[in-house]
Amino acid sequence: MEKALSKPSDLSFFQRFRRIFTPIAIVYLVLLFGQQAGLEPGRIIREIIDNPVIIIQQVITGLANAAIITIIAMGYTMVYGIVENINFAHSSVFMHGTFVALLTMSIFAQGATVVPLWVALFAFIPAMLYCGLLNGLVERYVYRSLRKSARIVALIAGLGTDFMLQNIGLKIGDLGLIPNIDRTATGVKFLRILGLQSASPKSFPAVQEFFAGPGVPINLLELIDKNATLRITAADVMVIATALIAVFTLNWFVRNTRSGKAMRAVAQNPAAAAMMGIDVDRIINLTYIIGGALAGAAAVMFGVYNGTTSSQIGSTTGLNSFTAAVLGGVGNLQGAALGAIFIGLLSSISDQFISSRWTTAWVFLTLVLVMIFKPTGLLGSEGGEKA
Amino acid sequence: MNKNLIALSAVAMLAAACAAPPTAAPTAPPAAAPTAAPAATKAPEPTKAPEPTKAAAPAPTAAPAATGPETIRVFSSLPLQGSSKSSSDQINNAITLAIASNSKDGVICDGKFKVDFVKLDDSTAAAGKWDAATEQANATKAVADKDAMAYIGTLNSGAAKVSIPILNSVKMAMISPANTNVGLTKPFDAGEPDKYYPNGVRNYMRVVPSDDLQGAFNAQWSKGLGAKKVYVLDDTELYGKGVADVYEKVAKEIGLEVTGRTGIDGKAKDYKALATKIKGLNPDLIYYGGITDNNAGQLLKDIRGAGIKATFMGPDGIAGPAFRDAAGKDIAEGVLATAGVVPKKLLPPEGQKFEDDFAKKYNLTPADFEIYAKYGYAAAQVTMAALGKVCAKDRDAVRAAMIGTKDLPTVVGKLSFDKNGDTTDTTMTAFIFKNGELVETEAKLAK
Repeated sequence: MEKALSKPSDLSFFQRFRRIFTPIAIVYLVLLFGQQAGLEPGRIIREIIDNPVIIIQQVITGLANAAIITIIAMGYTMVYGIVENINFAHSSVFMHGTFVALLTMSIFAQGATVVPLWVALFAFIPAMLYCGLLNGLVERYVYRSLRKSARIVALIAGLGTDFMLQNIGLKIGDLGLIPNIDRTATGVKFLRILGLQSASPKSFPAVQEFFAGPGVPINLLELIDKNATLRITAADVMVIATALIAVFTLNWFVRNTRSGKAMRAVAQNPAAAAMMGIDVDRIINLTYIIGGALAGAAAVMFGVYNGTTSSQIGSTTGLNSFTAAVLGGVGNLQGAALGAIFIGLLSSISDQFISSRWTTAWVFLTLVLVMIFKPTGLLGSEGGEKA
Repeated sequence: MNKNLIALSAVAMLAAACAAPPTAAPTAPPAAAPTAAPAATKAPEPTKAPEPTKAAAPAPTAAPAATGPETIRVFSSLPLQGSSKSSSDQINNAITLAIASNSKDGVICDGKFKVDFVKLDDSTAAAGKWDAATEQANATKAVADKDAMAYIGTLNSGAAKVSIPILNSVKMAMISPANTNVGLTKPFDAGEPDKYYPNGVRNYMRVVPSDDLQGAFNAQWSKGLGAKKVYVLDDTELYGKGVADVYEKVAKEIGLEVTGRTGIDGKAKDYKALATKIKGLNPDLIYYGGITDNNAGQLLKDIRGAGIKATFMGPDGIAGPAFRDAAGKDIAEGVLATAGVVPKKLLPPEGQKFEDDFAKKYNLTPADFEIYAKYGYAAAQVTMAALGKVCAKDRDAVRAAMIGTKDLPTVVGKLSFDKNGDTTDTTMTAFIFKNGELVETEAKLAK
């Protein structure tokens, strides 16, 4: 059926009519009802002419957000590429990572609201280790025994794990106490860093900007041109740079290392890979561990860039990342990045020119439309290259 | 196959993000021995003459003196998880304290009844804030419980909208220590407030003034601060949007320029793009109508991160220590908030004493004090006075006695309700975050 549809010569008149008519109808409906949701082309064009720089500014914001989404989305898509399973616990692993990063940075901050950059960079180590280990454990004790059972069983088990981790995250908020070595007094004083209650949002210590005091977002362009209205901060640069490094390292790893090649082999045909002497269980576990470590890296970036976390942060961020993975074609690493950039840009442009009230609606409308016309996602292809 | 799986996964993912298992865990206070001596309460004179046959237990063995006091249950329904947790916990503690000090070990009416206070949770762990389905379940539970005579709650106006009609069907009194949305008691949106009272009688009252007063107060204060251009945000919830609507309307009337208005998605991970947009409009003051749980801390962080130095003001939804925790002490510095509460210096002596006792009993510093704790106490005082007056298991009589409250001395001053169930005390207090503490400040109003 799928095959037949792809050959235009086989289409009946009605099918051909539908193919042309459906997109037109959708565009018409979007323009008709879009006005309700703030899509007013006349006003938007006027605003762009009035202040063209703002588009570049929003593109930077969108790309920085896309960077974080990409790293999480790669975790979803890698696992899917190998075992064709959506790891629902991934978003909660990411949320746990933000708490590990918060605790690490707070231990170094010792009550201060600003920490030097090296503390943020150091936080990558515990966050990535913890998340990698956690995701590896989830694979070993939740998914592995379910690998041969029906797909839906693993999905539901994953959802259950997600809820469990989310509620553990809620309890992490209760810890709240970090030993604070008070140098003036004797003994160890305890410091309350996670606020009054478990579920309220927690605040990260800010990272010292390179050129200005704490809390002053530096405009890198101002260093060159005093009158620059465009604003690029050190955090923007750091987040985008980290994402690029992660994407290229992962790509290199999957293509060139022994384990990476083994991963691709398992993705193509687990049975054949096992016959070639590849330890399939180990490779699948490794995939989860790498996916988890990526979530850990994203968690630190998230903390540095956004400065807030809570036990609910996983569901929103995870939903965005999962959407990015599906939009780009689940199982495809480049697709995840493309989907993330798409979502990041769409969100920031919509916040600027349409209305932040409707941004989420626009993002998911796009997802629905892509799924209708290209169910495999933008770069996805059934049975194509994986991982 | 693949396609189906992805579609299924997307649905499941959405479900995971939106739904959550209700985690309400009602905890009843330990029952005291039923040997309590008759309590010296107010003279039991029912004002609206309830049918004694309807109230008395029909069982032939119901001899109160022999079997001990009958149970009257009072429920509270508040979000016990999320940013509002500390507010709710303090309100619950205050209610417990009020019941204890207006009875003898919970026993009222010369030993006829014993008040049992049950805390319900209307939030879920996954949402981190109140949840409509959970609130509905709580109200239904109260209606089904034949011993339940009064319902103290909710914290959020949106939740009240769910439970008022349910309780109205059995004429059970509901008293809120914190709801401020106008439409709950007065005409505001289409069909309000009558659509909440299908039974025709008013069963809902609140001990804090509504947002038509608060929004106007906020707008006049903004002008008094010298602001000329304001940007208005809301969290798209009943309460937040309501107060922001009033603010926007009044601001325009008194000559402030409203440079823009939008709602934020309380679940979004950041608001940097929105902050960039606001920066381009260059307002002197940003007003946020909403609650801390809807990511207000992140919103302010991103606004400051974009280099916007405009004053940030909000209603009682952000007036609490949770906002400081969410935004961080440095970022929260200088944020202005208001609440329909009585400032400390205008409190009656028993109110000041209550604050001191409460802080001591629960080991709170002034920085941790939630503004609505004493209103929880006052709501419980109204409930206890009515229960002591009616002395019967008659929901309608209790409701009538509560809504008919006149000049009842409470910790927040003399309390009366008008015909809509609104408190007649309309005092507003202005607050500012200073060194991580929410402190009272003088508000200069301009009309």
